[in-house]
Amino acid sequence: MAGDMNSKELLKEISIPLLAILSSFIIGTLIVIASGYDPIATYGALLQGAFGGLNSIADTLLAATPLIFTGLTVAFAYRCGLFNIGGEGQLLVGGLTAAWIGTFKGVPMIIHLPLTLLAAMVAGALWVAIPAILKAKLGVHEVITTIMFNYISYSLVAYFSLKVLAKPGSIQTPDIEPSAYLWRFSNVLDMYSYLNIGFLIGLIVLFVIYYLLWKTTIGYEIRAVGISPDAAEYGGISAARNIILAMLISGALAGLGGAERAMGLFHNYRNGFSAEYGFTGIAVALLGRNHPLGIFLAALLFGALSNGQDYMNMLAGVPVDLVTILQAVIILFVAADLLFRRVLALKPEGRKGE
Amino acid sequence: MSKRNLIFLSLILALTLLVGCAGGGEQPPQDTPQEDGQKAASDLKVGIVLSSGGKGDKSFNDSSLRGLDRAKEEGLIAEYKYIEPKEVAAAEKGLRFLAQQGYDLVIGVGFMQKDAVDTVSKEFADTKFAIIDDVVDNPNVASLTFKEHEGSFLAGALAALLTTHEEIEGINAEEVVGFLGGMDSPLIHKFELGYTSGVDYINETEGTDVKVKINYTGSDPSAFNDPAKGKEIALAQYNAGADIIYHASGGTGIGLFEAAAQTGNYAIGVDSDQDWNQPGYILTSVLKKVDNAVFATVKAVKEGNFEAGLKEYGLEEKGVALTPLTEAGVTVKAAQEAGDITAEDVAKIEGLKAKIPAEIKDKIEDIKSKIIAGEIEVPNYLEQAQ
Repeated sequence: MAGDMNSKELLKEISIPLLAILSSFIIGTLIVIASGYDPIATYGALLQGAFGGLNSIADTLLAATPLIFTGLTVAFAYRCGLFNIGGEGQLLVGGLTAAWIGTFKGVPMIIHLPLTLLAAMVAGALWVAIPAILKAKLGVHEVITTIMFNYISYSLVAYFSLKVLAKPGSIQTPDIEPSAYLWRFSNVLDMYSYLNIGFLIGLIVLFVIYYLLWKTTIGYEIRAVGISPDAAEYGGISAARNIILAMLISGALAGLGGAERAMGLFHNYRNGFSAEYGFTGIAVALLGRNHPLGIFLAALLFGALSNGQDYMNMLAGVPVDLVTILQAVIILFVAADLLFRRVLALKPEGRKGE
Repeated sequence: MSKRNLIFLSLILALTLLVGCAGGGEQPPQDTPQEDGQKAASDLKVGIVLSSGGKGDKSFNDSSLRGLDRAKEEGLIAEYKYIEPKEVAAAEKGLRFLAQQGYDLVIGVGFMQKDAVDTVSKEFADTKFAIIDDVVDNPNVASLTFKEHEGSFLAGALAALLTTHEEIEGINAEEVVGFLGGMDSPLIHKFELGYTSGVDYINETEGTDVKVKINYTGSDPSAFNDPAKGKEIALAQYNAGADIIYHASGGTGIGLFEAAAQTGNYAIGVDSDQDWNQPGYILTSVLKKVDNAVFATVKAVKEGNFEAGLKEYGLEEKGVALTPLTEAGVTVKAAQEAGDITAEDVAKIEGLKAKIPAEIKDKIEDIKSKIIAGEIEVPNYLEQAQ
């Protein structure tokens, strides 16, 4: 499912996620009705919250932004045959780093802004470095190590944000300097949303990752290792080197996601910094078939759901947990890939690799 | 994506989802406020944005809603609307939504909403706001805070006085008491400092040498809802010689009560009347009357004398209090009437309270009046931290 595919293959790739979404909405409707709520009012509130006006659309894009980064985090590692489940921890570490570097005073914006972004990326990459090296050199399974590193990061980040950096008497770090602000669209548009150029950075990164994976030698090598490490080695490509490289880039993407939250949305690091973006990113990558374009669309969908769910609660009085159920059902159906292939009478995918 | 990998990834995903959902807890179906015929009773529109945990937390949020229910019963308002934000960032949306809908009074529950209330109250200068447990210094915001340190001081004094009474079953020879905190955060340190100050006061006045074991459950909001870890910590403290443990840890405290019942030692509850949680093992509870504060604010708006600024509810204002040391409190009696507990349970609760020596009860009353009179000054962690 690389960048180049014929239209029939493309249709096949798209039809399955679409069917999954459709089915999940049908099941979701049944759950809404069974719970005694009006499905039209419920979905109406969801749509109004997600797309009803400039502010709502901006909020949807704002909610989609971290998912673009964490979706790419998972997908990029996956292209090298790796499961990086540690996006959550890498995002938190990157976010805290940005919130700290961002408080440095007296640095001109032209240096401060890129420096803070870069520091968050480096922090995210460093956070995945140990799992990456363990995988490349000793074959320790990265699912275990990256997941465990999440737990380490929760405690570490809590320690630094609450004990070292926190404003006295509060549970958040001091605000960053304006020289490290990601510019907000509300500066020129009449809206409340905190949508900022972090979203545009996300779009650029989507394109850069696409280009890197499919148009450069580095990307070719990473994908070759992903398809078959042994064959890649035989062909003169170092599996270990590419595994480490892919993991570091993957971690850096998550760190950048954290930077957007710290520099664009919150302007500090606070308790409840991430609404489990790292984990939703796994779903985004899965639904987006690990392709930048698919990830963009999946992030938009999950962003709309996440933004709209608040209005389901506010306008229709539906418990927010219902949206969580909806998301879970979508994932379930995407994962039940085989079912849809049967239904569509498509040939099951063989072990032909990617 | 190859099939095997896909299945693997899906499994992991399913697991993470499960883990994610486990923390959510159950939420009773929400009854959408209906603007029914009662509307004529009052045109006052009140909306509230709850804190994490939502409706049904048997603590903080429920107490706030009780205040609104009372306002409804007394005809101050016809209805109210409550919003349960799923994440911290969503609270701001909820507050703004209520303000945009023309609500007269918008209440934000919990210190996590400080920034959100600050931002939204500036946008809607004509709307009245209230924040519970924190201070927002805007001309249209009432900041409702509680002198948790005063109630905790009484709890500390009670624990320190009682731990030397070895003759009471469940009290050991060691002069050690415990404190179990939820999330390691400034507000909970306020409880802790009040408690340890109460112990220190007794050490000074009685010449004892009571020590306090202090542990926190964690450093994020989930620490307020982790009974398993709460029990583990409590058992460790009881093993280390503590015989009375006070907690400020939300749902985590359920674990403490289980531990107390297991070892036969004692606990002190917090926020709501928790005495009936494990009848016979909970000496008293430090009440935090959020409902009173909410009700008073609604009443003030209704009567046109809403005042912005800081409102502190302490022992004097009955914003914090201990449940009675002589008999079962009103909540316990209500629970009995509702059939939640049996007459036997109430007898156990009252039996425990009867074990507390009368002189200790007198001393606690004395300390209480001294705090109200300003003769004892209880240190406030939040003021020290500023």
